[in-house]
Amino acid sequence: MGEAPREFGFNTRSVHAGQRPDPYTGASATPIYQTAGFVFEDTESASAYFNLQEYGNVYSRIMNPTVAAFEERLANLEGGAGAVAFASGLAAQAGLFFALLEPGDRIAVAKALYGGSTAQLNHLARKLQITIDWVDMDDPDGWRRAVTPETKALFAETIANPGGNVLDISLAAAVAHEVGAPLVVDNTFATPYLCRPLEFGADLIVHSATKFLAGNGTTIAGAVVDSGTFDWSNGRFPSIAEPSAAYHGLKFHETFGVYGLLMKLRSETLRDFGAVLAPFNAFLLLLGMESLAVRMDRHVGNALAVAEWLREQPGVGAVRHPALPDSPYRPLVDRYLPAGAGSVFSFDLASGRDGGRRFIEALSLWSHLANVGDTKSLVIHPASTTHRQLSDEELAASGVAPGTVRLSVGLEDVDDLVWDLERGLQAARGSAVPA
Amino acid sequence: MNEFQDRRSIQEIVHNARTVAIVGLSASELRASNFVGYYLQRHGYRVIPVNPNEERVLGEQVYPSLRDVPERIDVVDVFRDPAAVPDIAREAVEVGAGALWLQFGVISPEGAQIARDGGLKVVMDRCLKVEHARLLGRMHWMGFDTGVIAGSRS
Repeated sequence: MGEAPREFGFNTRSVHAGQRPDPYTGASATPIYQTAGFVFEDTESASAYFNLQEYGNVYSRIMNPTVAAFEERLANLEGGAGAVAFASGLAAQAGLFFALLEPGDRIAVAKALYGGSTAQLNHLARKLQITIDWVDMDDPDGWRRAVTPETKALFAETIANPGGNVLDISLAAAVAHEVGAPLVVDNTFATPYLCRPLEFGADLIVHSATKFLAGNGTTIAGAVVDSGTFDWSNGRFPSIAEPSAAYHGLKFHETFGVYGLLMKLRSETLRDFGAVLAPFNAFLLLLGMESLAVRMDRHVGNALAVAEWLREQPGVGAVRHPALPDSPYRPLVDRYLPAGAGSVFSFDLASGRDGGRRFIEALSLWSHLANVGDTKSLVIHPASTTHRQLSDEELAASGVAPGTVRLSVGLEDVDDLVWDLERGLQAARGSAVPA
Repeated sequence: MNEFQDRRSIQEIVHNARTVAIVGLSASELRASNFVGYYLQRHGYRVIPVNPNEERVLGEQVYPSLRDVPERIDVVDVFRDPAAVPDIAREAVEVGAGALWLQFGVISPEGAQIARDGGLKVVMDRCLKVEHARLLGRMHWMGFDTGVIAGSRS
């Protein structure tokens, strides 16, 4: 054999990982395998695929070559053993916790969490008899105080939505491993370009791939990435280590080693949930991820410029961007997010709920919508939308002020973004908007 | 990672080996050893089961030990308790095998060193089926990271 295999860089892997020129046609772009089923070569092969003795395509509710290219690319960029894609980020999260947890288990979860995740976990907890121990992720002793001998997972976001709290990944991983539980990190806001939590001790990653991975706001998608390094045979995870009733007595961890949980997630959980990613959506994700690094650099730069500008404006209170020099999260940003802390952050208008409404109405370039991580700049005013039913007191309890505005800064020219925000701020202050 | 997971050694073994003696090959279709043996047969390797407790597995005659195998062995693939590995490594050296491959969780630095000192290539805590599927097979259909980066047809 010749030279040792090359270790390719992040940009190269963003473009190529998971994808090979089509061996049959030579197609350079990943073919969209828009098919429900796959014709078996012979009966022996069909049996081998169903028995998991051979990797083979069976049915697109379980695996699909276009979706697999996306899964492999994401796993490669995160430094994981593999990934399983789901129809959305919340589907990925539900699937993972469904695979990991048994009735009576506990999970420790950061309080600073995307509201959709909080609602989902509360719902899962009720249905599955799981207990959630909520954690103040900013408290250095928070995780240690929350874990118990029944804790089966710790869960937090790399950069919390919308508060911008930054997770001390190594600390949370150390506590998780002391009790024999995996640390699960939602890396949606950072993407593997800005942070790779597995390198700091996290065991599992979940993504809403809808955001920066897709990049263009075209596609709802999610995924679970597994490091492959957690010891599922430590006596605490019988559903992964012991014979599976849902798969003819197979012991997933013993049989598939580092791929045990991924095989279980695919051949049991995804098979049973059915929340599968469509091949066309996987194709859009592959296109988006080719430019991940280039886009993230621009997102990061634009967001920081907008945050710094906002801080100087009259009528603006707190600006919660974790990379600002006086942010309490700056030391964690330096350690975990040296290339930037993403492009989603919130700030407070002094003019409260009405000011927030006037601000949104005066904007003409920023899009008022409930998504983040798009090439387009997006804005939402929680007190008049997602949190509209809450009183000022209830808003405060959920960490949102009446005048809080969340921005997802896109790839436009900063001067244009600031021009539009200036018009919004004038309206919020009660002055006439310039024509 | 350990020093016995060199990617070049893995490539050479997967590409060049033809005869694989599987020590601890089980007759049970649910055991990892059976998965691996079945897979290797499907992909054209000659599989020789080594197990004192079986007579025929996967259609092949079973031998009680490596010393009893009457033909040249390219790879000794081990599914046994790590404590058994040093003796297996000594046997592998004695019969002139080309490589010692220790499966997931079969971690024995002592056994690995014995085989290496005896001139064998050694891979430890890796799966032969997985590495074949990564380099030559269909692992990329299952969302696993193969590490393969290629823009050309080869």
